[in-house]
Parts: sequence; structure tokens; C-alpha cells
Amino acid sequence: MAAWKPHNSLFVRLAMAALLGAGAAGAQTATLGLGRAATPAEIQAADISVSPSGVNLPPGGGTAGQGADVYQRRCQRCHGAKGEGGEEGPALAGGQGSLATPKPLKTVGSYWPHATTLFDYTRRAMPFNQPGILTNDQVYAVTAYVLHLNGLFPAGQRLDAQSLLKIKMPNRDGFIPDDRPDTGKSAKKAKR
Amino acid sequence: MPERDLPRRPGRRVFLQTAALGGTLAACAKQDGDSAADQEPNRLGKPVSDYGRRSPFEKAARKFRESKTPEASASFTPLQDCHGILTPASLHFERHHSGVPAIDPKQHRLLVHGLVERPTVFTMEDLRRMPSVSRVHFLECSGNSSGDWGPQRAPDVQRGHGLASCSEWTGVLLSLVLGELGVQREAQWVIAEGADPCKMARSLPRKKALDDVLLAYAQNGEAIRPEQGYPLRLVVPGWEGNLNVKWLHRLKLTPEPYMTKDETSKYTDLLPDGKARLFTFEMDAKSVITYPSGGQKLSGPGFHEITGLAWSGRGRIEKVEVSVDGGQTWRPAALQEPRHRMAFTRFRYPWQWEGGEAVLQSRCTDETGYTQPALEELIAVRGMNSNYHNNSIKPWKVAADGSVEAA
Repeated sequence: MAAWKPHNSLFVRLAMAALLGAGAAGAQTATLGLGRAATPAEIQAADISVSPSGVNLPPGGGTAGQGADVYQRRCQRCHGAKGEGGEEGPALAGGQGSLATPKPLKTVGSYWPHATTLFDYTRRAMPFNQPGILTNDQVYAVTAYVLHLNGLFPAGQRLDAQSLLKIKMPNRDGFIPDDRPDTGKSAKKAKR
Repeated sequence: MPERDLPRRPGRRVFLQTAALGGTLAACAKQDGDSAADQEPNRLGKPVSDYGRRSPFEKAARKFRESKTPEASASFTPLQDCHGILTPASLHFERHHSGVPAIDPKQHRLLVHGLVERPTVFTMEDLRRMPSVSRVHFLECSGNSSGDWGPQRAPDVQRGHGLASCSEWTGVLLSLVLGELGVQREAQWVIAEGADPCKMARSLPRKKALDDVLLAYAQNGEAIRPEQGYPLRLVVPGWEGNLNVKWLHRLKLTPEPYMTKDETSKYTDLLPDGKARLFTFEMDAKSVITYPSGGQKLSGPGFHEITGLAWSGRGRIEKVEVSVDGGQTWRPAALQEPRHRMAFTRFRYPWQWEGGEAVLQSRCTDETGYTQPALEELIAVRGMNSNYHNNSIKPWKVAADGSVEAA
């Protein structure tokens, strides 16, 4: 038992150094040879992430009118008839101008910096009890409706990848980088 | 058997438990005078079993609020019932967004794609074959202690601080896996996604991903519990709990953060001027006394060991001070060794309670020199609506009758 010390062998130490070196340097050849190549088709099927610059927004679209129908069937039980929120779901509309007050109301319209987040989150996580059930067209439509409830998208216009990216959210510039530590002698000097 | 005998007679507990198994051994034990069999004469104990259970006398349990949507809820660790620095996996706090998925590890895959030279699919077997590490780290929901900003205070340490737990995590360094696949220069962020029904997702900066992040498959010596992300989760040492994506099934390397719901709508810290801090990743240094703490009652004047936990998202805990006079004087507590970085550190402080009223509190300092602030200091900078990242000093008030409540 005592003689079995693999980590002391020169070979193992060199092998480990090579492995860790690959991690730091980036694009070397794989050394472990574990895992298999992912196919483009399976990546496309799995990748539902939408970036704020619009990467991966799917084809399709819908209007706020079509979205109102989806909303009434799938969303309003928790979020209220006009996005005012309820016992089980947060408010989606309202609150603009409230963030610097003692009672801020953080909603899609008052707080969310990117409209792409609304599309991405609705598609992956809503409705709460059946996440992922909505088609891309339905997600565009209900996104248009929630934006419309916040006065950010006209009723008759079709929301799609192009028009979604043109929307500037009211609180787009409302976020600052983390400036902690913010107390005691470690506190960074106020940059704001 | 008296507890005090144990340190002087190592191995004895094991021997006595074994003694209940057979007549010969039991006879040996009886000659020794204080066998377990003496307590229940002529009766055997329970036989061996396949998976251990705690004593039926032990009742420590997580606590959670009644909810119409318990799948998107949280349960709190009973820190007042925990010892040392490790949280039993069964008592580790939970925060789920769409319930705990049932995942067959044989079917589970981790897809790594985006800005890597070799997009790859890993099985759990692939990951378990890789060089592994085990590290002790705390996890804390950044909403921990969020109820303590206003005049209402959590009545006990479980409800006030129980969204924090600490485990030994075993898995593969993410830096190793990413190094294998070849990270492209433009890749500045890693989008991590879970396999829960809502596909919870967060953006992780490249620098942290290549530093100390773990793809963890084990917790405290066994497979991660389903509530904690079975079979695979991210462990992002020292950073807010939500980033430690559970049921991890996909990593996408990208040039930009994806501004997911949970890093914009949630987990951003609203300041008095209406601006909000984004990507408040590190959990500031924090400590709390777990005994005596709210809801407990001291059995009488005399000796009590004040004890509690301290942790920092920026490294090691260097100092914990305790005050028993409402913050007028502070004295150093003893720190349990070894002190791990970004992990619970147990502190202990001997105290003679004279029987009168007392206000007890702890404050910690981490390796960066940062000292845990009072609540008033935090409010002065952040106002009343930042909600997350409350790491303030927690005072407990001891009444003359020994009962303890939030001060």
C-alpha cells in the first residue's frame, strides 16, 4: 500500500502539468480524449439562448392583439388582467418613474433593460406550470402584448426579430457595474 | 456511557456499537463494566442496514413558507442545529424556480458549445473519469437576510440566515474542461443553463470560469442530492447562489453576457438614486451567532459557549469578534481550523452569563481586510430597496429570563 504513490511519479506530474497548461493556453489539442463531438443539429436543437444583440432570435412573429389571446389563456391567472400582478405572479406592467421612490415597482416596463430578455425568459420558463409549451409565434405575440401593456409597442404592429431589437427599454441605462465593497475602510471611492 | 470518556479512549464508541452484534463481543464488553447492552438487557439492537438514518430523537429540519407555488420557493437551513462547518446535504437550503427535475444520470449530458474549438457532449461517465478535486465552499442565496432590511426582523437564525449552507464539493474544474475544448479569444462569457423545466440560465465571466469554478457531481462524500442539482451542478466559489446553476446541461461560450431574467429583473441591487447594481457576484463577508440565537432560551446563568459561522465570498475569514454588551466592546473569537477559502468558518467564544439582559453580536473580517458592517452602514449607502446582499451584523437580545430574540 505505502509504495503506491502515483502522484509522485514524474510521468503523472508531467501529464498533469500538460493538462493544466492546456487550460490556461486555450486552443491546444484535447489531451483527455473524453466526450464526443457535438453535431450542429443537436446544438441548434438545444440552444434556446437569445442574446441582447439578438443572436439566436428565431423566425416568426406576432401582434399584441394575438398576444392578448395567449395572455388571457396562459398568463393572466397569475399576472392579472392587465399585467398588474397577483398573488402568484409579479407585476409585468406599470411602475415607470418609481425606481428612485421609497416604493419602487420593478416591472418589465420600469426595470428590465432588454426586450430580448422578455422573449428569452417567456420562451424557456413560461407559463409557470407548463414551461416551454408556447410556439415561437406565440412567444413573439405575448411579448408584444406585455410590451404594449407598458406603452412600448403599438397594438397593430407585428413583433419579430427585427422589430424586437429596435425597442429601447426605458431603463436600458439604469444599471451600473458592481462598486462594492461599499462600506468601511475597504469601500471603493464613489464613482457615481 | 459518559461523553467525557470519549477523547481519552479513542475507538471505544466503535467497539461498543460492534459489541451489540454478538454474544462473544458483548461478553467482553460486559467485563468492561459499561456496555451498551447494559442499557437494554437481553435485547439486541438493530441490524446493519443499507443506508443510514439519523436517530429518531433528532428533529432538525428545513423550514419553508406555505406557498401556492412551492416549486418556485425556498427552504431554509436550521443553522442553529448545525455543528462544525459542514451542512448535511439533507438540510442544505433549497431555492428552485420550477421544481426539482427527476434526472437519470445515464441519460444526462453536458453540452459545451459556442466559441470553443471543439463543441463537445459529455456523459456523466466522461466527467467522472476526469481528474477531480474536492473543495469546501459555502453557497448563499443573495436574497439571504433580505427580510432584515426594514423594521421587521427575522425571529431566528434559520429564517434570517438559513439560505446559506456549506459542503465539500467534488467534481472537475471547469477550467480543465474548457482547456480541453479550446476557448476562443472572443469568448468572454459562459452562459450556463440547467435542465430544470424553466431552463434556469445565468452568465458567468470567462475569468471566473477559468479560475476556480467546479462542475460538481458529489456533495459531502456522496452524489449530489436532487434538490442540489443531481447529477451535475456548477459551484462558483464565493459568488451568489443563483449562479451555481443546478442540473447543469449546457454551457455556451459567448462574447457578451445574455442578460437573463435572473441577472437583470432579479438579483440586481436597486440603489436610492434609482440606478441598480448589475452582476453583484461576490458575497460580502458575513457572520452570525447561532447559539445563543433567536427563539432559544438559556437554561441558566453561568458558562455558555457562544458559537456561530462566518464566511466571505472574497476568500478566507481572518478574524471574528464578539460583543456581549451591545457593541461597546469587541473581543476575538477562536476560529476553527483549517479555515477554507469561501467556506463557513466556525467561531467559538466562552461566555459567563451573569443572568441579566445582554445583546450579543459577531462581526468578521476577511483576507482582503473587509469588515462586516452594521445594518445602518449598509442602509446609508444602499437605501432600503436593494433587497439582496444583506451581510450586516446580526444582534441577538438575551432577556433576564434567558430567552433570546432578534434585537
